[in-house]
Amino acid sequence: MIPPTAPAPASRITRPKGPLVISIEDVVKLYQMGSETIHALRGVSLQIHRNEYLAIMGPSGSGKSTLMNMLGCLDTPTSGRYEFTGKNVAAMEDDELAAIRNREIGFVFQTFNLLPRADALRNVELPLVYAGMPAAERRVQAARSLTDVGLGNRIHHKPNELSGGQRQRVAIARALVNNPSIILADEPTGNLDSQTGEEIMALFDQLYERGNTIIVVTHEEDIARHARRIIRLHDGLIARDEAA
Amino acid sequence: MTRIAYELTESVRIAFEQLRAHKMRSLLTALGVIIGIVAVTLMGMAIAGMNTSFENSLAMLGNDILYVQKWKWGPIEDWWNYANRPPVRPEQAKALNRIIEATPNSELAIAVPMLARSASVKVGENSVSGVTLYGTTGDYSQVLNADFRDGRLFTDTEADASRSVCVIGCDVADALFPGHPALDQTVEVRSHRFRVIGVLARQGSFLGLFSLDNQMFIPIGAFEKFFGGRNSPNAYIQVKVKDKARIQQAAEELIGAMRRVRGQLPGERDNFSVNQQEAFKEQLDPIERGIALAGLFITGLALFVGAIGIMNITFVSVKERTKEIGTRKALGARRRSILLQFLVESVSVSLIGGLAGIAVATALSIAIKYTMPGLPVESSPALLAIGLLVSAGTGVAAGFAPAWGASRLDPVVALRYE
Repeated sequence: MIPPTAPAPASRITRPKGPLVISIEDVVKLYQMGSETIHALRGVSLQIHRNEYLAIMGPSGSGKSTLMNMLGCLDTPTSGRYEFTGKNVAAMEDDELAAIRNREIGFVFQTFNLLPRADALRNVELPLVYAGMPAAERRVQAARSLTDVGLGNRIHHKPNELSGGQRQRVAIARALVNNPSIILADEPTGNLDSQTGEEIMALFDQLYERGNTIIVVTHEEDIARHARRIIRLHDGLIARDEAA
Repeated sequence: MTRIAYELTESVRIAFEQLRAHKMRSLLTALGVIIGIVAVTLMGMAIAGMNTSFENSLAMLGNDILYVQKWKWGPIEDWWNYANRPPVRPEQAKALNRIIEATPNSELAIAVPMLARSASVKVGENSVSGVTLYGTTGDYSQVLNADFRDGRLFTDTEADASRSVCVIGCDVADALFPGHPALDQTVEVRSHRFRVIGVLARQGSFLGLFSLDNQMFIPIGAFEKFFGGRNSPNAYIQVKVKDKARIQQAAEELIGAMRRVRGQLPGERDNFSVNQQEAFKEQLDPIERGIALAGLFITGLALFVGAIGIMNITFVSVKERTKEIGTRKALGARRRSILLQFLVESVSVSLIGGLAGIAVATALSIAIKYTMPGLPVESSPALLAIGLLVSAGTGVAAGFAPAWGASRLDPVVALRYE
């Protein structure tokens, strides 16, 4: 079910779904803004399996960011159930959530969020530091991850010596380095020109085809079209959940 | 456990990257700690130095010598009780020695009479004033706490015959006979001539107050003949004890013996004092405590200001790097990791301050040693270790609040921070 406006990629593989990774049921998230209560999510239910390539779309204020924070275990729901690979995230403490994020989730941010004074290798190593991996192993794995995103020859460059696209590749290498269950990208092309954005999305496509599970949060149709499934949020509810 | 080690190395790395990135800011922040540590280290050095020079001075007095005198050492409030005491007389030393010999297992070794006065010593046109002139016996060799550079002390025979011979301190010898040996030369005191038969080796000064190299010794008979002093209130008796560990028992025995010599009745108060170096120590203790207290106050104040500086800069650092904290948390940093990171940063600043402070204090102490040799300062590894510990502690205390705040940041809020 490809929209007629989208140029069909030359070879578009859709991998068979794997086991259940994320299961959200009737999740509500309230924020207190002064005296006002904001209903960011009003009851969202969603299941995400391994080997999915998912886009979450919606205008600003639709609860998109809140849902992403929830999926990324950065935040817990006010009510409702959230299970990550069978574990009840809703009841977890800060440090348990940190451990889940460290092992299971690879983050890619719109603003890259690299450490400015560390070279590419050290940036990519960071999740492994928090995972408690010895330095020598860390370096090997980080270098491999950088090679996987095509930056094998840039591992000792600092962020300010790299182009925007290269910085985002470093961030993607960092997201991949721990072999996470899902990669969660928040507007990954938002700070890039359209051509570089396309290159980054092509990289995500490759990663998907190599067996990664990818969730992209975006407000751009062109970007969302790379995914195999699009979830559209509106006013804190899922308006549509469709194949792309 | 290994994870903490990795996080710690990572934290140290980040801390030093931060310091390098903000050199001026870090230096200014460390300044408070530097001043505090310089204060604490210098104070410690001064106290240690005072102690050592005091111990050295006491050693000159001899820690196995008791002094029988009219006045006691240390503060005297009831001076009228002392003023009417009879003077200590040289022949009482002989009486004491007889008692000592007759006492089986006496704690006392020997009693030596001493007469003293200030004098000017002349050789031709050269003269040295303010020399302490002592009259004593040949037994003085047993209580003398110094070596001879040249010659010897007079013998009992020479002393008994009141021969005009003398032993002089090295400063006197060097002043009167610059560049050539003093031995067998003649010096004059109030136109009485004495042949130099011994020169003492350098001893230094007592508490930096008076020189022990500015002395002259003559036979006690000659002293009495030329300068009088039989009834001098400055006469005293030095008594050497056999075992300095039992000096208290020796002092008690000496008091008993002296009462016998004086023929004092039971119940009558001692009309003499038996002094020992302990009296000086008791006087120094409160001075030392005072210095330590004042120093502690100044140091505490300086360190407090330094700590506030570090706390402030750590708060700024946390604020500046809120987004980085969010990123780290998203990548799996626990609260502890973030806490550790900022604590290591604040401790690094204060440790660098501490190291710099120790370096400055050491340099100052060396400078003081060379420019003002009289001022006692003494450094020790323990003191430097304390300085480092204090600075590290300051870093932890100052960094804890901001680091704790950072570790509690909500990752969602922190990531959104611009």
